[in-house]
Amino acid sequence: MIDFEIPTPIKRQVQFITMLGEQVMRPVARYYDEHETERPWDYINLIWPTIRERGGRSFSIEDGKEKTDKDGKPRPRIGYLMLAHVVEALSWGDAGLYLCTPGGGLGGAAVDATGTPEQKERFLKRFGEGEPKWAAMAMTEPHCGSDTAAIRTTARLSEDGKEWILNGEKIFVTGGLMAAKESRGFVVVWATVDPSAGRAGIKPFVVEAGTPGMTVTKLEHKHGIRVSDTAAIVFNDCRIPYDNILGSPEVVKSDTESKGFKGAMKTFDATRPLVAASALGIARAALEFTASYLKERGVKVRYGVAPHLQTAVERDLINMEMQHRAGWLLVLKAVTKMDAGEENALDASMAKVKAGQVATYVTQKAVELLGPEGYSCKLLVEKWMRDARINDIYEGTGQINRLIVARRLLGYTSRELR
Amino acid sequence: MISFTPSEEQQLIIDTVRRYAVDRMRPAAYEADEKRTIPQDIIARGWDLGLLPSAIPEQYGGFGEAHQALTGVLAAEELGYGDLSMALYLMTPNLFAIPILHYGTEEQKQKWLPRLVEGGFAPYTAALVEPRWSFDPHALHTVAEREGNVYEITGHKAMAPLAAEAQAFLVYAREGDTTQAFIIERGTEGLTVLERESFMGIRALPTYELRLDDVHVPASCRLGGEQGIDIDHLMNYSRVALAALAVGVARGAFEYARDYAKQREAFGKPIAQNQAIAFMLAEMAIEVEAARLMTYEAAWHLDKGHNATQQAALAKAYADEMALMVTDRAVQILGGHGYIREHPVERWLRNGRGFSTFLGLAMV
Ligand SMILES: Cc1cc2nc3c(=O)[nH]c(=O)nc-3n(C[C@H](O)[C@H](O)[C@H](O)COP(=O)(O)OP(=O)(O)OC[C@H]3O[C@@H](n4cnc5c(N)ncnc54)[C@H](O)[C@@H]3O)c2cc1C
Ligand SMILES: Cc1cc2nc3c(=O)[nH]c(=O)nc-3n(C[C@H](O)[C@H](O)[C@H](O)COP(=O)(O)OP(=O)(O)OC[C@H]3O[C@@H](n4cnc5c(N)ncnc54)[C@H](O)[C@@H]3O)c2cc1C
Repeated sequence: MIDFEIPTPIKRQVQFITMLGEQVMRPVARYYDEHETERPWDYINLIWPTIRERGGRSFSIEDGKEKTDKDGKPRPRIGYLMLAHVVEALSWGDAGLYLCTPGGGLGGAAVDATGTPEQKERFLKRFGEGEPKWAAMAMTEPHCGSDTAAIRTTARLSEDGKEWILNGEKIFVTGGLMAAKESRGFVVVWATVDPSAGRAGIKPFVVEAGTPGMTVTKLEHKHGIRVSDTAAIVFNDCRIPYDNILGSPEVVKSDTESKGFKGAMKTFDATRPLVAASALGIARAALEFTASYLKERGVKVRYGVAPHLQTAVERDLINMEMQHRAGWLLVLKAVTKMDAGEENALDASMAKVKAGQVATYVTQKAVELLGPEGYSCKLLVEKWMRDARINDIYEGTGQINRLIVARRLLGYTSRELR
Repeated sequence: MISFTPSEEQQLIIDTVRRYAVDRMRPAAYEADEKRTIPQDIIARGWDLGLLPSAIPEQYGGFGEAHQALTGVLAAEELGYGDLSMALYLMTPNLFAIPILHYGTEEQKQKWLPRLVEGGFAPYTAALVEPRWSFDPHALHTVAEREGNVYEITGHKAMAPLAAEAQAFLVYAREGDTTQAFIIERGTEGLTVLERESFMGIRALPTYELRLDDVHVPASCRLGGEQGIDIDHLMNYSRVALAALAVGVARGAFEYARDYAKQREAFGKPIAQNQAIAFMLAEMAIEVEAARLMTYEAAWHLDKGHNATQQAALAKAYADEMALMVTDRAVQILGGHGYIREHPVERWLRNGRGFSTFLGLAMV
């Protein structure tokens, strides 16, 4: 049944995060934008107990048990729907700080998607205890980002077969510093066990923070989301235990179809709608701020008036709002399908394409509509514009996601449509 | 007869300024943006190009013949191609000189123009923009009232480049229902330069807010004396200048993205061989070229003495949008690398977004 009612627990959660955004994130957002090498410990320490309580995850999606309502009917799962709302609301507060949130993050998602039950237990337990920790995911290399199958980082077995030895360079690892060095976290590193095997040879490995041979060599200075560390990590004869290869160790010997690489793609199906949600959180911040700023100055949006009678600013505001809404509904559909256990790769990429574009457009327009103030660092709008821009780039660029959408719509393989 | 070929003299100016842009401005632009300051030797070298003096006739200390907006536009594109902050810095004295050249009384020209062009770079500036959403050059909130032979000026200004060092300011204010300009010297009582401003882009250019509290100046400081000025006509020199700078910024972004796309490989071939990238590049080039032609046309009308407000406004509006689109695409074409400050495209996007708010910030 078609229904747009937001479940009550989600509404409550969004209310809570909105308060957090207003009272904790917004007040320090400018400071951390200007002090990009400082870590936001105030925010981290404040949020960590909440995350830890939930075992590093907001909602247990795969705890196995069917939930039922009071009449004993199965209650629909809302884990990803909740997650999308959480991510959207945190990004509305501040997208840079959201990315600094301790917990499993992208690395945790990869463990979730590709690890054995034993590995999930071993690697993810830490997010439910002790000090704040992070996990990051390292796929991109200097010479390749979109073309993930071209990675060159290698993993070879030690003579005694007890260890993997990693060599190579990863760049643009979100939270890489926190995961590899500043906490007892880990980095999921994608490396090839057989460079001649292409995609089939690429596997995910967990490298614990502080492992000798793993060095953070550089922190990028970025356009936006400056408080989130983006690290280059070099692996130089970095030795890790044999069973830190994600998935059953047998995949290496038997699996030519590569569960590993498919795992990476599956991770993206899950995380792309969340990137889209983050993008739209920023867009909503800019949209709401602009609308109320202009309203205070006498600009009212008359939704009912004929298009040819609207003022230019009215038209812009309506455009921004409708674009934002279109993006958000695509996100809701993508996560709802995920919750229902349905295949959602098409929807995930559609949502990501749209949201990446919308966030860029809405925030850029907001700067313009606010005049000289919009361009000034006195307001946060110019920062939101810079923060938003990443969303059309990472987790698959707008172009790559359009390709995914087009291939699925047209029924072409990656060889037929490139 | 329609022609799009620069004269020999014009081509020489283009080539000279381009060389300066590539050799001097470009290598220093990243650090200037990060540290928010421009090395003085770059400004000194830029001044040596003689752009302003060549727009000022000999009788006022320059070595120019007639002031040509078109020449200014050709130079401005190259400066914008080099670096926008540095370009605006170098062109700041124009904000003071060009209005005096066009509207100044003989006395005002004699007094000020030689000071501007005879020595090295001298910081003279202007203040037009106001820190309010409803800012409109035709309805300023800064007000000038005449009492006998004295004007009393009160208001709040923003985006005044080099104001902290400026030796004199051209302050725009509302007088009755017209906009007029007033020459106010540094140190005049009631004129306060506030803290340096901070914007998303043009970060190396020092700009300031100004407060004017009952500033008293003699009536002889009103630009153009009894005649006054026509703000729209004057702003046309700003509109074409900003449009030309936008074209320069965008051309830089296009060229950088083009070169990157031909050299960066993904999926076994240069990314430029994907239509998704090639079409973006094609569109960028089309928009840059169209904006350039609109800018030339508006400048030509100005130099012909036509009423060019319509053409200049169209050129600027077009260039504002074009600069945003082109710089934004350049970031996209570089992928993740476009988001990193070591590559200039993210800076060009921050600068490019500014054009719609830059009014009166440059003049040719
Ligand atoms: C195959 C697969 C299976 C997955 N299974 C699960 C699963 O069983 N359970 C699950 O939760 N995710 C699951 N995920 C999603 C994944 O593990 C991550 O949750 C997701 O990728 C985002 O990572 P995160 O750790 O930042 O998210 P989360 O930590 O879950 O939440 C998103 C962000 O919000 C913060 N946050 C969360 N809750 C709150 C809160 N109440 N208040 C304030 N901040 C909060 C988090 O720290 C995080 O930064 C799965 C993904 C895949 C691919
Ligand atoms: C702030 C930030 C954080 C990041 N975090 C992470 C992280 O945590 N982990 C990680 O592994 N990576 C991360 N990345 C990397 C990011 O995912 C990549 O930058 C992105 O996938 C693009 O890769 P690339 O930069 O190499 O661009 P390229 O792949 O070189 O692409 C360049 C351009 O070509 C286009 N293009 C490429 N192939 C095609 C094609 N076939 N058809 C049409 N167009 C094409 C792209 O869309 C893009 O416009 C991060 C990047 C940034 C900037």
